[in-house]
Amino acid sequence: MLRFTLRRIFQIIPTVVVVALLIFVIFSVVPGTFAASLFADGKRAADPQMIARLNEEFGLNKPLLERFVAYVTDLAQFDLGTSFRTRQPVIDLINDRMGASLQLAIAAMVFALVVGVPLGFLAALRPGSVLDTVTMIGAVSGLSMPQFWLGLLMMYLFALQLNWLPSFGYGDGSFRNLILPAVTLGVTPLALLARTTRAGVLDVLNADFIRTAHSKGMSEAKVVRWHVARNALVLIVTTVGLQFGSLIGQAVVIEKLFAWPGIGSLLVDSVAIRDIPVVQGTILVIVLWFLVINTAVDLIYAAIDPRIKQE
Amino acid sequence: MTAPLLDIRNLRLGVALGRSVHHPLLKDVTFQIMPGEAYGLVGESGSGKSITSLAVMGLLKKPLAVTSGEILFKGQNLLSRPKREMRRLRGNRIAMIFQEPMTALNPLSTVGRQIAEMFVLHQGRSWGEAERLAVEALGNVRVPNPDRRAKNYPHQMSGGLRQRVMIAMALACNPDLLIADEPTTALDVTVQAEVLRLIKELCAARGTAVLFISHDLGVIASICQRVGVMYAGCLVEENETRALFENPRHAYTRGLLGALPRLGSRSAHGRQRLVDIDSIIADRSTLTETRFIAPRGPEGGQP
Repeated sequence: MLRFTLRRIFQIIPTVVVVALLIFVIFSVVPGTFAASLFADGKRAADPQMIARLNEEFGLNKPLLERFVAYVTDLAQFDLGTSFRTRQPVIDLINDRMGASLQLAIAAMVFALVVGVPLGFLAALRPGSVLDTVTMIGAVSGLSMPQFWLGLLMMYLFALQLNWLPSFGYGDGSFRNLILPAVTLGVTPLALLARTTRAGVLDVLNADFIRTAHSKGMSEAKVVRWHVARNALVLIVTTVGLQFGSLIGQAVVIEKLFAWPGIGSLLVDSVAIRDIPVVQGTILVIVLWFLVINTAVDLIYAAIDPRIKQE
Repeated sequence: MTAPLLDIRNLRLGVALGRSVHHPLLKDVTFQIMPGEAYGLVGESGSGKSITSLAVMGLLKKPLAVTSGEILFKGQNLLSRPKREMRRLRGNRIAMIFQEPMTALNPLSTVGRQIAEMFVLHQGRSWGEAERLAVEALGNVRVPNPDRRAKNYPHQMSGGLRQRVMIAMALACNPDLLIADEPTTALDVTVQAEVLRLIKELCAARGTAVLFISHDLGVIASICQRVGVMYAGCLVEENETRALFENPRHAYTRGLLGALPRLGSRSAHGRQRLVDIDSIIADRSTLTETRFIAPRGPEGGQP
């Protein structure tokens, strides 16, 4: 198990390197520069001298290869560079935002898990029942609804009309501020989890070993507890992992909508003004997050399913 | 004459399609199994062997349902028993071995634990005690190193070993009746012989009656005292094994026996043609009540 764990962790490194290279290449070919974006409001004419000075300051006039070597050298020392706009180290900017992002992602995932998995389970145990039908209709609606629209509706209902919850903002991390964005963000993973849990449990219920379990004279409840649950868990863990990983990326829209100070909104703001070091750093952190979650999922798999360690 | 252990009387069973439409699959199946007797059911795929056994176990799934008839086990009709009582019988007094040892065991649970479940369920043992008994049960089916093997997961075992685990599980509570549904079909021939011998010896030693289901007459002949031949949902012939082989009465039985390849019976060209039973019936509704072998087979004559 230890060897398996170490191997999985070391596999992250080459992936991060490749992603870092890709990010660099992409952002060296996108049109627009930070300097030009400063004059994009159209009120002032772009001052060529000013642009040249800025480009020189950020080293943007150097050849691509030279910039690339500098980027990689910094990266190897865990230095993500300095923001063009605030002149702060990128790592500090991300650090400030990471807490809020994690809080939002974890809250959304917990909400999705606590509601979605039991619903999917119950639906599968009584296929065709009212609960099953309602759950699946709900799940399809949840998947097809645009998140920002759902967020607006909830804001309107719970903040404006009922006045139960604050409509936006971080509120110094108070739980009341977290509820609306977390629920909005959690709806998609919830719907997906309810569906995959249902499908997974139904699949297991049709397996031969469930018939064996029944032939032993086991009650329905024991069959579910002793044989169905663990087997269905494999599929649930996959879905949770995938969703959890992409949640930080998906949060971009929700963070914008609820003025939530996470790395999603940092990313959007930085792209708009071509603050390339921040964009690169943020994406790298999101990718790293995804990889860490995936590795965790692999390790959980190995703990659940004895067949995986063998390969 | 002792009372039969299992007495199936006029069992009719079918697929319920909607409220009134009913597609029959078994027609008046009647046979008895005496205590300690090994009874074989042969027949081609779809002849109704497996659903007969599932009906005895009470494991028929919708839309399959018994329409009429009785299944008496020790004189009591299983069909009218409450669910809870059926559960107490299942595994405990009537146990079953399935065809596919690869998929019939839970892949995420050790085989020891899966056998131990039987002792926990039916004998109210603690898990610790049950797992010790499971190791013993593995030893009884001649699994080498039973205490180490008990900690194995199914994927770490060969097909033959897994089927032994299934046998250990089925015989764990010393049932009165063991239903073996094609237990050796998925195994290769040498392993098949070992597993058959194991079932035969263990059941003989414990006085367990066996309902042995197979499409393989050779396998049936080696293990059963009496045989029933099933065809298209009916028990068409029943006899002592030896008598059935020497003097098959029904045209379909003769067809089955004729289809067995024989060593040494070669034609002049040094080749042997395998005989088949002519044609497959596409639609059962074309079969008449009295002579359903008629439309097929060289002996059937005019339909």
